[in-house]
Amino acid sequence: MSATNPIKTKGLNVAAIREDFPILQQTVNGKPLIYLDSAATTQKPEAVIQAMDEYYHKYNAIVHRGVYALAEEATARYEGARKKIQKFINAKSYREIVYTRNTTESINLVAYAWGRKNIHAGDEIVTTLLEHHSNIVPWQLLAKEKGAALKFIDVDENGLLRGEQIETLVTEKTKLVAATMASNVTGTLTPIKQIIERAHAVGAVCVVDAAQSVPHMPVDVQSLDADFLAFSGHKMLGPFVGILYGKRALLEAMDPFLGGGDMIREVFMDHSTWNELPWKFEAGTPAIMEGIAMSAAIDYLNALGMDHVRAHERDLAAYALDKMRDVEGVRIVGPLDADQRGGVIAFAVPEVHPHDVAQIFDREGICVRAGHHCAMPLHEHYGLAATTRASFYVYNAPEEIDKLVETLAKVRQIFRG
Amino acid sequence: MDDLYRELILDHYQHPHHHGEIPDADISYEDSNPLCGDKIRIDIKLKNNIVEDVKFNGKGCAVSQASASMLMDELIGKSLDDIKKLDKQFILDMLGIPLGPTRIKCALLPLKVIKAGVYGIQTWPDEEDDA
Ligand SMILES: Cc1ncc(COP(=O)(O)O)c(C=O)c1O
Repeated sequence: MSATNPIKTKGLNVAAIREDFPILQQTVNGKPLIYLDSAATTQKPEAVIQAMDEYYHKYNAIVHRGVYALAEEATARYEGARKKIQKFINAKSYREIVYTRNTTESINLVAYAWGRKNIHAGDEIVTTLLEHHSNIVPWQLLAKEKGAALKFIDVDENGLLRGEQIETLVTEKTKLVAATMASNVTGTLTPIKQIIERAHAVGAVCVVDAAQSVPHMPVDVQSLDADFLAFSGHKMLGPFVGILYGKRALLEAMDPFLGGGDMIREVFMDHSTWNELPWKFEAGTPAIMEGIAMSAAIDYLNALGMDHVRAHERDLAAYALDKMRDVEGVRIVGPLDADQRGGVIAFAVPEVHPHDVAQIFDREGICVRAGHHCAMPLHEHYGLAATTRASFYVYNAPEEIDKLVETLAKVRQIFRG
Repeated sequence: MDDLYRELILDHYQHPHHHGEIPDADISYEDSNPLCGDKIRIDIKLKNNIVEDVKFNGKGCAVSQASASMLMDELIGKSLDDIKKLDKQFILDMLGIPLGPTRIKCALLPLKVIKAGVYGIQTWPDEEDDA
């Protein structure tokens, strides 16, 4: 990156942040690595890597069951991380924080353990066209099993949800609304509070996909009044572990998800009783090291301040949208107003397949994603089979966006035939 | 310039040979690459078990489209038994470009579609050894 006249965003000191990320110090194809795929998974700061390392070096042991010192330390840290996650999203109780494998499993947990008990024939489930497959397919499976209907809130010409459909599609028949807070393709920020309010007004519960929001902006589950909220540690500087927030009363009333060790209170030959929350939903030996290291990830984000993280990404998105619009023919999907979107920009280059775009970017050391980004219905809506996607996080600098735009021009040049 | 996007590849991508459909085809088959969703459909017209005409259709990246276009040229005049013998190396030699593990699927998709259409072989040409 050029040291002269660096462009600043309002939010963060990127140069200092980059020092904390060992992986960003390398070169790819002889060029400095430019990582623009944080919507898929983020890089990890030294503190998180050290936390994982320390676990295996110093206190690798089972949680919840050992009475020896190592196991007690592992348990204390594992449960300590849960409480940190609880505070991070302002949940009332640590009992409302369930560890899962990822966002996908969190949503499936709700579909299975809440959905199978509460969705019946003739009921309606409402989701949106902006969703990742993980917030569509579990509801399709549930709807099919129960004879329920699945409806989609549409997207308008600016890539925003059609506000009026929140009112018209969510009705007395609706038992569950599943909506994202931020799209992983268009970056669109949804009116999630309005969606939750509407769901509650008709007596439905609302499942929020927060995979692209908890890592990028302040999220307060109490002020949102979210019923369930799912996100992934690996998209917020942490390791591969997922989180499900659920309101205590809802979790209490649900049957378990997976059965086995740890989730039971007592097992008899003909029946079993369940452990307390949240362990009722955590069957089997969990991803202990991953759970523990979430603590370091959250410390890191708290030190930056989530308001600053959001401001930084907003500025990067504004900068990128502005520059990319100048590249002839490039079509940006989703809102062009950075206030309406997160730091995710999917685009199409006419006559050039996204695979080829991504490959040419790779030659320049730039990691971008090509494909449908697990959002086929949304791509279908835009009449595109696939797009190329650049996504930003705390360690990205405006200079990297300059490089992105330069390379975009190169793509056009190679394919001008 | 760029070894992957050399002139020949780009030329086949932008001006593909045997692109389109054969309405009275003897064999038609379509398949997609689950990694990226790219689709290719191939129509074959036979005469005495020899490929008389062949056309392909579909959308995809430069590598998959160029591979299809070049493969069409190769197929005309071949017998179905000849086609069965075509393998991964044949495609790599035909394209003459370096390909990583992901992009190799793009290159092999057209051959996979042909083999599935002709012989019902569903394995990827680069996985035949361990199938
Ligand atoms: C909006 C959104 N929802 C859900 C997911 C699924 O997350 P995971 O793969 O960690 O389950 C992702 C990321 O892939 C996402 O961006």
